This record gives sequence, structure tokens and C-alpha cells, in this order.
Amino acid sequence: MYVAVKGGERAIENAHRLLAHERRGDRSVPEVTTDQIAEQLTLAVDRVMTEGSLYDRELAALAIKQARGDLIEAIFLLRAFRATLPRFGSTRPLDTGAMRIRRRISAAFKDLPGGQVLGPTFDYTHRLLEPPVSDPPMPATAPAPSEPTPRVSDLLAADGLIETTAFPASPDGAEQPPGDLTREALSFPADRDLRLQNLARGDEGFLLALAYSTQRGFGRTHPFAGEIRLGDVALEMWSEDAGFALPIGRVTVTECQSINQFKGSATEPPRFTRGYGLVFGHCERKAMSMSLVDRSLRARELDEEVKAPAQDEEFVLSHSDNVQATGFVEHLKLPHYVDFQAELGLVRRMREEHARRAASSGTANVVDDTREAAE
Amino acid sequence: MTVLVDASAPDIAARLGALSVPPHETVRPPEVGLVMVQGRIGGDGAPFNVGEATVTRAAVRLASGEMGVSCVLGRDPEKARLVALCDAMMQADLAPAVEQEVVAPLRANLLEAQMLCESRTAATRVDFFTLVRGED
Repeated sequence: MYVAVKGGERAIENAHRLLAHERRGDRSVPEVTTDQIAEQLTLAVDRVMTEGSLYDRELAALAIKQARGDLIEAIFLLRAFRATLPRFGSTRPLDTGAMRIRRRISAAFKDLPGGQVLGPTFDYTHRLLEPPVSDPPMPATAPAPSEPTPRVSDLLAADGLIETTAFPASPDGAEQPPGDLTREALSFPADRDLRLQNLARGDEGFLLALAYSTQRGFGRTHPFAGEIRLGDVALEMWSEDAGFALPIGRVTVTECQSINQFKGSATEPPRFTRGYGLVFGHCERKAMSMSLVDRSLRARELDEEVKAPAQDEEFVLSHSDNVQATGFVEHLKLPHYVDFQAELGLVRRMREEHARRAASSGTANVVDDTREAAE
Repeated sequence: MTVLVDASAPDIAARLGALSVPPHETVRPPEVGLVMVQGRIGGDGAPFNVGEATVTRAAVRLASGEMGVSCVLGRDPEKARLVALCDAMMQADLAPAVEQEVVAPLRANLLEAQMLCESRTAATRVDFFTLVRGED
């Protein structure tokens, strides 16, 4: 337990001055600007927006600069800033089917209607360090086709080979508002809307490791990357003033649809099932990991045996948030002097008892050494 | 409105400068806040919350009574005010002028940028060949 301490003001103030100095680095080297971060470290900005759960490129760039490139610290800063603003409402659900596509690939379908476009990708690069090119050649252009780009899941759904997530609208046409874990603490079992919200803001590294574990046999789900798409989608929001939905602008998102096996059940024929990932910006690794973990967490719903960590929703959802995780792990470095003094006293007393019993019986192994100092 | 919210404040202001803007008052000064962005499970299912985005909203009323509102992504108060002003003017008899002098040129610029982006994306279109092809 952390208990309040007093004092140390001057040391803390000077430590923060030193931090600002170190953050600036060698003053003969030009200072990096937030514009440069927003334009040239775009994927770091995207990750901070996604896990900070706040779409704002300038703020994310500022947070990265202030955090000296520590992305979890930057995510923490963004979450803290977000808490200072009022919420005006919710957008209408965005339509990834109407995305202005900048990248779209499928590892399952070679001849995808609408075509596959690689877009700006690290895939197929040689991963060799090269001197940076400050003025690279302008990108090639080609006539853009105007054919529609249906989601891969819609293609398979036509044959009944894959589950559909389409859901019947309620009689009055209104949709139930989704659960919101920023307003109400998560409880278990959690529905899929809450699980996806949790995963969308969850730590990329944690979700990547869990997704990897499912591939290695800890809760196998046999995934294919059905489709990954990156692009811009329009957002609309209901306006009380106007009395209709107002367009508010466009955001970049990455979507991943994983296609997974399902052996069927007594009542259901075998078919493919789906996992879903949707994140802000260009965060492909995160979107893929999210879709694999989303599918794993559907074990209960699909009547699969829950035996691996990635299938255990309480384990996954309780530990995915890196701001919560870093808060609890890093709080250990704050003064715990009173706690530690108490433990020190306890250990000394246990050692005395141990020595007394050893002296009286002539042996040391009668002591109950299973008792923890922290008890 | 779909055009105006995608344009930048200086671009809107420059186009609006070509018109004589009628007298107006700011009913709701630009205010920065959040909206929760919703997606759909599987892309087409029930809604879920993806995360929040910053927005700025404003409301402007013309002296002739028309009220314009805006809510735009980001934290640019001037853009929110200009979009609300255009919205109000679009409801007055200035609508054709706003469309012609402000919206149409901005739309053309945005479309040009979008076409360039699409043509660059199209150049990365890929056709993979499996080594043993299952078809002719």
C-alpha cells in the first residue's frame, strides 16, 4: 500500500527541470517539432491515438514529444487530457464498406472483387537499414478503377459458408446503444461490444502476444486474414440543433476481418466464423491481433472449451489496458516505507520464532515456511 | 457540409472572402469537446465504441434569423465558426452564392486531392499468381 509522504519538493522540481533538459537533448541539434512528428512518425502517432482512445493527430504528436518518445507515457498523457473535455455525444456507427481505400489485401482470396492494393506497406521490404532519403521520388500513379470493394465477409456470406453478424433491427428501428467501459466499470461475462471496445484501446504488445499464443496452440482458432483494409471513413453525428445527422469529418481507420474454422455443433452445420479488429489510424499489427483475440474470446458463445489464456475474457480484458497496467506496476516505485517497515518487523519476528523452535527441537524443518511475509 | 468539414479554415475563409458576409452573431462560441466514435461488430453488426475524437462545435445566427450549426473534427475554433456561418448562409437566399463561390471550388480541390490519392493507391494494385494455378 502506498501512503502519503511529505517533503522532497526541491528535489522533485529540480528532477523535472533536469527532465526538460534531457528531453531537449543536445541543444546544438535542431529541436523536433510536433508537425514533424505528426508527418514523419505517423505510425507512432496512430498507435498513441488508438491506445490513448482519442483521435487527434496534433495532440498525439505533442504527447509523443513530451513523453520523449515513450509511447505508453504518451498514451497516458492523452487519456489524462481526454478526461478534461466534455462529451457531446456519439457518432453514428461508421461504415467501413464505404471506406476510401488506401490499402486492401486478402490472404484468403487471390482474385478479390475490387482488387487488392498494397498501399504504403513495409511488407516485401528487405528490412535492411539504409541511409534515409530526404527527398524520395514522387509515387507512381495509375488509373483508379471505379468498381465497388465489398467486404470479403459479404462474399462468403452469400453462400452461407460464413456466419453473418448482421442483426435484426428492433421493431421501432432504434438500436440499443453499445456498452461503454469509460462510463461503467467492466463486469464479467462481458458482451462482445464491450470486449471490442476494450481490445480497441488495449496494448498492442499484449494483444500481439495473445494472438500469437492462439496460433501456437493455446486455444487454436485457425485464422486466415480474410481482409485487411486501411482508409478514410466519414463520420456523422446527430445534431439536436439541426434535427438531422451532421457530417463532422473523416478519420483514418484500419479494419481486419479474420476468418476462422468452426467445426459446427449438433444444431449448426460447419462453417467459417469471424473475428473483428477496428482501430484508429494505420495500426495493422494491432488490428490483426485484435481480430484473433476477439475470435478467441468468443469461445463461450461458440461452445468451445475455454482452456487457454486468450480465451479467458476476465484475464484478457482485465490486463489489456497499458495505462492501468503501468499504473499498478510502476506504483511500486513510489514510497512504500510504512508497508516495508511492517514487513520488516514481521520477518524479524518469524526469524526469531524459527530460531527458537530450531533450538528446542534441534531441527529447522518443523517451521511452517509456507507463510508469506506479506500475510 | 460534407465538403466544408473536410476543408481547412484558411481555405474556407479565403473563399468566403469573395462574398459579402451578412451581419451575424455567434450564438454558441466554438467549444471543444469529445464524440464517441462508433463502429459495427464485424463491419455490419451491432454498434460498439471504438474510441473518442476531439470535435469543436459552434452556432451562428444571421441578423435575418437563420441559424447555422457545426460540429467538426479537431480543435480549430475558427473552422467551427466558419462552417456554422456557411450553414446559416446556406439557409438564407445566399445559398446559391455560397454553393458557387465557397463549396464548389473547395469540392473541386478536395476531389483533385482524392483522385491523386486514389491513383497512387491504384499503382500498388497487385495480382498474385499461385504457382500451380487452379484455373485456365
